[in-house]
Order: sequence, then C-alpha cells, then structure tokens
Amino acid sequence: MKIHEYQAKSVLARFGVPVPRGEVAISPAEAGDIARRLGGDLAVVKAQIHAGGRGKGGGVKIARSPGEAEQLAKQMLGMTLITHQTGPDGKKVGRLLIEEGLQIERELYLSLVIDRASACPVVIASAAGGMDIEEVAASEPEKILREHIDRRTGIVPFQARKLAFGMGLPAGATSKFVKLLESLYRAFIETDASMIEINPLILTKGGELLALDAKVSFDDNALYRHPDLKELRDVSEEDPLEVEASKFSLNYIRLDGNIGCMVNGAGLAMATMDIIKLAGGEPANFLDVGGGANAEQIKNAFRILMADKNVKAVLINIFGGILRCDVLAAGVIAAVTELGVPVPIVVRMEGTNVEEGKRMLRESGLSFTTADSMGEAAEKVVALAKR
Amino acid sequence: MAVLLDKNTRLIVQGLTGREGTFHAKAAAAYGTTVVGGVTPGKGGTTHEGWPIFNSVHDAMRETGANATVIFVPPPFAADAIMEAADAEIPLAVCITEGIPTIDMLKALTFMDGRKMRLVGPNCPGVITAGQAKAGIIPGHICREGRIGIVTKSGTLTYEAIHQLSKQGMGQTTCIGIGGDPLIGTSFIDALSLFAADPDTEAVIMIGEIGGTAEQEAAAYIKRAFNKPVVGFIAGQTAPPGRRMGHAGAIIAGGQGTAAEKMEALTQAGVHVVKSPADMGKKMREALGR
Repeated sequence: MKIHEYQAKSVLARFGVPVPRGEVAISPAEAGDIARRLGGDLAVVKAQIHAGGRGKGGGVKIARSPGEAEQLAKQMLGMTLITHQTGPDGKKVGRLLIEEGLQIERELYLSLVIDRASACPVVIASAAGGMDIEEVAASEPEKILREHIDRRTGIVPFQARKLAFGMGLPAGATSKFVKLLESLYRAFIETDASMIEINPLILTKGGELLALDAKVSFDDNALYRHPDLKELRDVSEEDPLEVEASKFSLNYIRLDGNIGCMVNGAGLAMATMDIIKLAGGEPANFLDVGGGANAEQIKNAFRILMADKNVKAVLINIFGGILRCDVLAAGVIAAVTELGVPVPIVVRMEGTNVEEGKRMLRESGLSFTTADSMGEAAEKVVALAKR
Repeated sequence: MAVLLDKNTRLIVQGLTGREGTFHAKAAAAYGTTVVGGVTPGKGGTTHEGWPIFNSVHDAMRETGANATVIFVPPPFAADAIMEAADAEIPLAVCITEGIPTIDMLKALTFMDGRKMRLVGPNCPGVITAGQAKAGIIPGHICREGRIGIVTKSGTLTYEAIHQLSKQGMGQTTCIGIGGDPLIGTSFIDALSLFAADPDTEAVIMIGEIGGTAEQEAAAYIKRAFNKPVVGFIAGQTAPPGRRMGHAGAIIAGGQGTAAEKMEALTQAGVHVVKSPADMGKKMREALGR
C-alpha cells in the first residue's frame, strides 16, 4: 500500500527521523495560513499524489511569501499532474504539503528495501541524491552504496558510518546520520514497510540532516496488524474498479487494452495476458479470481470486468484444480444471464470436472465460443475483439 | 527415485483440523500419500478424520515417525509454524499459505539458518511426485508418471504445463512449486540441483515470472552446472512496471525484474525459452529430439 509524502513524513517522524516543519492544506487560504505560521522567507508548496517526478511536472514550487503560497496553491489544487509515473492521464491534485524552506548544502539518497537474493534488509545510499536513482544506477553504478543488515542485530553503527564516509558526509554529520539510519530501520521493521525511500536526504548549510522527501509503502500482507496505518489508504489515488475488486478479494489490475480476461491463479493470469498480446491483441486487465472462487465471486468479477467500457471481448481461461469447472460454468452462466454481457465471450477450461462444465455451457442457450487450448482461445478472442 | 517426496514419505499436516487442511489431507491420502497425523496446538490427543492430532511438530514426529510436513496455517501464524517445524528438524516442510508478512518470513528464514529442514514455499502449490505422494494442492489426477521435472513460481500455470506434457505423451517425476513470494525457502537453483542429481529426471520445465532476480541466478547456475535440457517460460511479459501482479513478489521495480531480461538470461544459458505459454509441452518434445 502506497501513502502520501506528508503521511510518510509523519510516520517517519514518529520514529525520530528528522523532517522539515510543514502542514497539509486543502484550500488556498489554508496554504497561506500555514506559510504564515511557518514564518521564514520561503515556503515550499508540494502537490500530494502517489507518484514521483512531481518537481518536473510542476507539482513542487517555491513561494517567497504567504500570499504567493496562497496563489500557487490556487493554481495547483484541482490541477491534473502528469509525471513519468502517473501515466498519460495524470493524477488530480487534492492536497498540498506546505513546508518551510531550507538552505540546502547537499542532496543525498537513502532507501531501505528487502534484498530477495540474500533474504535480508538492505540500505541503499548515494551521494547523488535528488535525481532518479535508476538513472544513477545505470550511468554511475559506483555511486550506489549498499549495506546488508543482519536481521538478528539490526543496523550496526559501523555500517551507518561506512555509508556516511562513503557519501563524503562531513565528520560533524556522521553521528547524526547513524542516529537517523537507526530510526529509519526501526520504522521499516516496526511498520512492516516494503520500501522506504528518502530522495533527497538533505544536509543543510547549518549541518542538519533532514528527509526533504519521503516515499513509504507497506506490505499489504501485514496491514492486518497495523490498523492505524491502514487508515492512511487514499482510495482516490487508486483506480475505482481496482478498489471495487479489492472488496471481493479479487486481484484486478486495469490495463489499456480491449480484451477482458478472467483467470484463476496469478501466474496463469499473467500468461494469459502474454498470449493475448502474442496473438495480436491487447489485454484490458489482469484478473485472478483465485483458487477457491465461488459463483458469487465469478459474478462480481464479471461485473467489474464489464464496467470497463473499453472491453470488446472477454477471455475466460480457467485451469480447474481446486476450483471445479462446473462451479465456474454455473457462475459464468448466472452472471451472463443476470448482467446481460453484450460482448463475445471465449471460454477455455481444463481440469477438474471439465466435461460437466463444458456441457453446462453448451446447454445454457447462451452463445459462448469455446476453445480447447490457450493458444486457440487467444486467437479466437483477438479475432472477435477486432470485429 | 524422483525428488523430495516418494513412497517412503510420512506426511503430517500442520493445520489439519482447518477446512483447507482437512480437504488437502484427504486428497493427499487418496493419492496414495502416507499421511500419519496432524498438528493443531491445543487439540493434541484428539483425532480428526481418523488421524491423530498433536500439540506440536516435536510430538508428531516422535509418535508417528513423520519425515515431512505440509503447512496449511493462516498467514498470521504461518511463520511460527515454519519455525516450529524447523526446530523439530523435520527434513522437509512445504508451506502453502499465501499472505505471510515479509518481515515474518525474514524472521523464519533467519531462524532456519543452521537448522536441517528444507522449506518449500510459502505461497506455493506444493510438491507432487507423480504416482507416489503429494504435499499441497496440485490435483493428483492431472499428473502422470514420467521423466520430466517441473519447477515453478505459479500454481495453475503448472497445471497447464503438466497438461501440455500429457498431451505430448510425457509425464513427470516431481513438480515443485517454489512459490510467488519475495522470500522463499527453496530457490530455482535448489530445485534444479535436486533434479540434476535425480537419474529419473531427464529434463526440466522451469516457469518463472516478473520480479526479483531468481531466474537470472538460475540461468547462471544452468550455464555453469546443469546438463539436462530445460524449457523455460516467464509470465508477465506484458505486465506494467510498478504494479504487483497478484503474487507478492511479481512486481517490476525500478526497471528491474522484467520478463525480457529473464528470458534473455535463460536463453544465453541454453534454456529453450518459449514466448507463448501454450508452447511449453511442444518445446519439450523438440528439446528431447522426439
């Protein structure tokens, strides 16, 4: 689960990570008031959306007075921000973070993730902060420093010092960095984060270290034990159909194409998207109905699938293991009868009780196109979608 | 021969008294697996569907001589179940549970360090040795005995591979679902080295997916040390970056973990990589020159 920058900073601050002073505004007047309260010569107005690259897209601006902060807020609130991470449709700005302006001496990069290969947390740090870290990794890999953390000890001070020296931090800032990293690691473990990224971490002219930006995402599987963090979910940042699907424990991701897919199992669902593309079509979604889907879930899946108006044809690809083909067929027939699905449907099923499932579809009086293999199903659905 | 499971397997089920545990214990027994009991803390001393239930894995092993466990325990308690099994040093644990928090798995894998248990999974369909035994949810009736090993991150895509092999007249030795989570016990390399040492396994189908670098590491291993034919497929060639595709581990992060880079690495290692998931069986026939 992703959260906003202002939420990430408040979570990190709770663990003792230093962040700039600031508050959230949802109206221009509030933005002006906050800038006034913060005092100082400068205020920074930052659009709060779940995507990076905001600066380049015009979502981060500097105000030289509270009046200007209000003015900038007026421009930004309600605007659609398009960055390289939002997709072509962009994201609407509904909230702003107004922060104090700071005198920046240096910009660094710092993040914490789980390294799968070594099965331990890893700190990634770089003196080249404030830039796209993937670009740094590609062009100047020697500038990326990594420190693997032993789960039994947590981050050990010498590891933090090693990174601080590696990034060329002045001696005075080293102990502050050690403390910051310890706080960050504690936040990572205790909140079940899947990623914490601070880009940039700044060293001010006064020698302080602060998280100028913060991106935090949490492990969805662990949210059950963090009711407070669960509250931070902003569904307005998510696709409405994906939000709807999540209510029925359906794994649905909306894509750009026109062939709706309904599949059981994540791997087979991805493979079905792949084979549609190979056959010359474009999948409209990823949808895994899961291994234990019942007729009700199949119906909801259909409803969500068909709510995407781009869908011109549907491919159902089910390999019945636990999920029996006759149960699937009953669900599909009920859904189509009730919802009146107006597009062609290609069904490919295999596995447990397949003969019974096929017979039910045949005798339903509804017009399904059937296929005996994945390849055949993909060809058929692509042809039908092009009609 | 085959690997991990065979006629000598004596299986216990952690979470046997739950709905999933009961269903799959029965299916395993019906397939011919020797299921010797279950573990449900607090229900020790009772029986369930005729099987004795124990309070701990230690007790179950002592009383039944179990040498493998399959875990159907809900996500909040599954890592604990894995650690308990590891502490009892049962040789093999297969964890089916999907949705275990990553931090819990980090703890469990750390705990397993230096203990003798092999963990398969979590978030996997389990293991089946055709015609002999199964631990997990792979339907027995779709498998047939043969000489192909399968190692995979996915459940239903594995059934698809088995089905395609059957259509080509080929059967399996053992199918190993290693799971779709970021942190797992048995890697592609671990599974491949088991198949390398198994004289009955003639060739392997390897099914990977986007996210992480396990397939690239497997490619390096295959190039260096694996001499049997491998047919490979990577799911998620059309997956958008930054989105988690169902499995917790299936995500392209920062341009890393794409299907293209994995397919390239495997091709370089001499693996017969298929673009279409419909071609796995056919390609295996070709790879074996039949």
